[in-house]
Amino acid sequence: MEHLNVSVSPHFFSKRTTQNIMLDVIIALMPALIASVIIFGWRSLLITVVCIACCVISEYVFRKICQKDNTISDLSAVITGMLLAFNLPVTIPVWQAIIGSITAIIVVKQLFGGIGQNFANPAITARIIMLVAFSGSMTSWTFSENSVDALSGATPLAAAAKGFSSGVDYMMLFLGDHGGCLGETCALAIILGGIYLLIRKVITWHIPVAFISTVAVMSFLCGKDPLYQILSGGLLLAAFFMATDYSTSPSTPWGKIIFGIGCGLITILIRVWGSLPEGVSYSILLMNILTPYISRLTRQKPLGALGGAKS
Amino acid sequence: MKLHGIKIPHLKNTADSAPQRIPIPKIITIPASMHIGKPAEILVKRGDTVKVGQLIGKADGFISSNIHSSVSGTVQKIDTMVTSNGVKISCAVIESDGKQELDEKIKPPFINDFDGFINAVKDSGVVGLGGAGFPSFAKLKIDDLARIETVVINAAECEPYITSDTRTMLDKNEYIYKGISAIKKYMNVRDFVIGIEKNKPSAIEKMKELALKDEHIRVHALPSMYPQGGEKVLVYNTLKKIIPQGGLPIDVGVIVINITTLAFIGEYLETGIPLVEKCVTIDGSAVKEPKNVIAPIGTPISDLIESAGGLKCEPAKVLYGGPMMGIAVPSMNEPVLKNTNAVIFMDKKEAAVPKTTACINCGACIAHCPFRLEPRSISLAYKAGNVGDLEKLCVDLCMECGCCSYVCPANRPLVQTNKLAKLKLREYLSYKKEMN
Ligand code: SF4
Ligand code: SF4
Repeated sequence: MEHLNVSVSPHFFSKRTTQNIMLDVIIALMPALIASVIIFGWRSLLITVVCIACCVISEYVFRKICQKDNTISDLSAVITGMLLAFNLPVTIPVWQAIIGSITAIIVVKQLFGGIGQNFANPAITARIIMLVAFSGSMTSWTFSENSVDALSGATPLAAAAKGFSSGVDYMMLFLGDHGGCLGETCALAIILGGIYLLIRKVITWHIPVAFISTVAVMSFLCGKDPLYQILSGGLLLAAFFMATDYSTSPSTPWGKIIFGIGCGLITILIRVWGSLPEGVSYSILLMNILTPYISRLTRQKPLGALGGAKS
Repeated sequence: MKLHGIKIPHLKNTADSAPQRIPIPKIITIPASMHIGKPAEILVKRGDTVKVGQLIGKADGFISSNIHSSVSGTVQKIDTMVTSNGVKISCAVIESDGKQELDEKIKPPFINDFDGFINAVKDSGVVGLGGAGFPSFAKLKIDDLARIETVVINAAECEPYITSDTRTMLDKNEYIYKGISAIKKYMNVRDFVIGIEKNKPSAIEKMKELALKDEHIRVHALPSMYPQGGEKVLVYNTLKKIIPQGGLPIDVGVIVINITTLAFIGEYLETGIPLVEKCVTIDGSAVKEPKNVIAPIGTPISDLIESAGGLKCEPAKVLYGGPMMGIAVPSMNEPVLKNTNAVIFMDKKEAAVPKTTACINCGACIAHCPFRLEPRSISLAYKAGNVGDLEKLCVDLCMECGCCSYVCPANRPLVQTNKLAKLKLREYLSYKKEMN
């Protein structure tokens, strides 16, 4: 007679899928992309497209070779590509961007099993690898096209670290009209994207708020200008888009807060006492490594549980 | 502390549909077990004539339940069938004569004390009608009545589509009150809380009227967030009491009873007619005119469809109960059971199960579990065969409400894995006990 499907309950599912979560992240990154084109010119679009294409292709090819399911339709490789591009200077040679993208997808993501399995954020780890490998081109900063600043080649943070005034005021920081990686300079665009992620419930407030407020408080205590520290460097981009990466951050509310505070502390430590003006990437990578422990330590006690759920 | 849950579509299309009796089916099938516990012992044989309400199966053992014929007619055969959880049991197949003659022996029970009350409830054949199917008398038989502080009446009806409890509240007011009065009288309880999800304003209104009559009745409007009807969730949200792991509501001084079960007990005390028919919500995307109907227990599901205007298309999935916890039936010949409160016919689109992809570690399953379990970690521990971790993760607490599977963007089969993990943990614990 009839052919009835007898699957196990539940029989209803939410419309949310991995793909449409990732699509939301891509949408949230759009303002920053547009801002980077306005600030740095068309080359930033070129770099972004190259990174996306390389990420997607390397994921496709890798999974094909390993005879695993094809996962490029989940769009996570697109995000990795975008985020990596956003963390590169606009002058980066294309071949270096290509190598960075392949590293991000194959070494950091796929070798660990693909989406959800990697312990470190692919874009950040690739960026750090590139900083080591291509340190020259990774730290040569161009100014925005319409800027007439004399201090060529330094980001506001680098300048501040050397004790110069960078000649960049809050408004310039807020609008992104200064040197830096191509997607990280425009605070306004990043905040817009972050708000979109919060509204769409892709992320919760915990990590960005903990991260940013720790940086603010710590820079105040260390005698730095908190607002300047927040608006400059890759902090906002990292706090909203990279520290919140699902695979590499804790899933419990308290875990997220601890993770965010940890990121903030390490960032300031590096910025203030380290030899590097920018500490965001390293701080996230270090916290990624601690994530499994934080998750376990902050496991919630189930309702009515007799023993603790901690392990 | 607020318990998590999910916002799901309510789809209470049939809330205004007063239930109507369906035409008496020609053939009915009454399984020996429509409850948790031992199957009843069948008392009739092929060729026997039976009447409505006649005892045809006797409760066997402490946790078991009587079964009664829901039609008058002739026993065609005693057959075997496989229940939805895969157990083989016997069943009585009865051909109806269409007369619906009532068994002469039926009369209102005579009760003068607690034991009399428990016996009456036992005789009525009632089981938890909210879906669980636990024999009600066994639940009410509390050794020390002083332990009971509150009776929580479960009228949350949190599953989409189902409105049969709503209809009980709208149509069977006086029986609800009778049921409450009986528990008051024989079990000496002085506090009754009716928990209703906020999406049923007319039912809340009706129950508030009832509460005006009696100072011991309170109505508690629950948030419209699934699963308010889960026993532990309900007790927590109405009384802020936490039932400990492995414990029962009575461990915190509470008895939870479904509102339709309670109303039935009230009705039985007045009429003496045992549980032979059920109000069933017929809905789902494949149904032309969603409705509430009253059907004799044992009616084949296929006989319900006509009363709801027929089907729009061949159903792809048919459920006993709601879409969150309902059981998909293998065929439309399956009978209406005592605890069937809805039959949902889903078309192909509604029944489609989305494709499972890799877990992205988003934490949505953890953030929505009412009990704060970690379905994702449970899956990992199960896959790794790590029973010790399953124990630490308290998988035994999982009530299989389905929130985690519902929200998972990767559509991981989390509930299914939890069920398997629970079995595995149980095996391991009993093995451990044996070793000691
Ligand atoms: S783990 Fe169990 S109790 Fe928690 S949401 Fe999933 S099914 Fe419900
Ligand atoms: S909801 Fe699904 S994808 Fe997200 S953590 Fe849980 S199992 Fe993984």
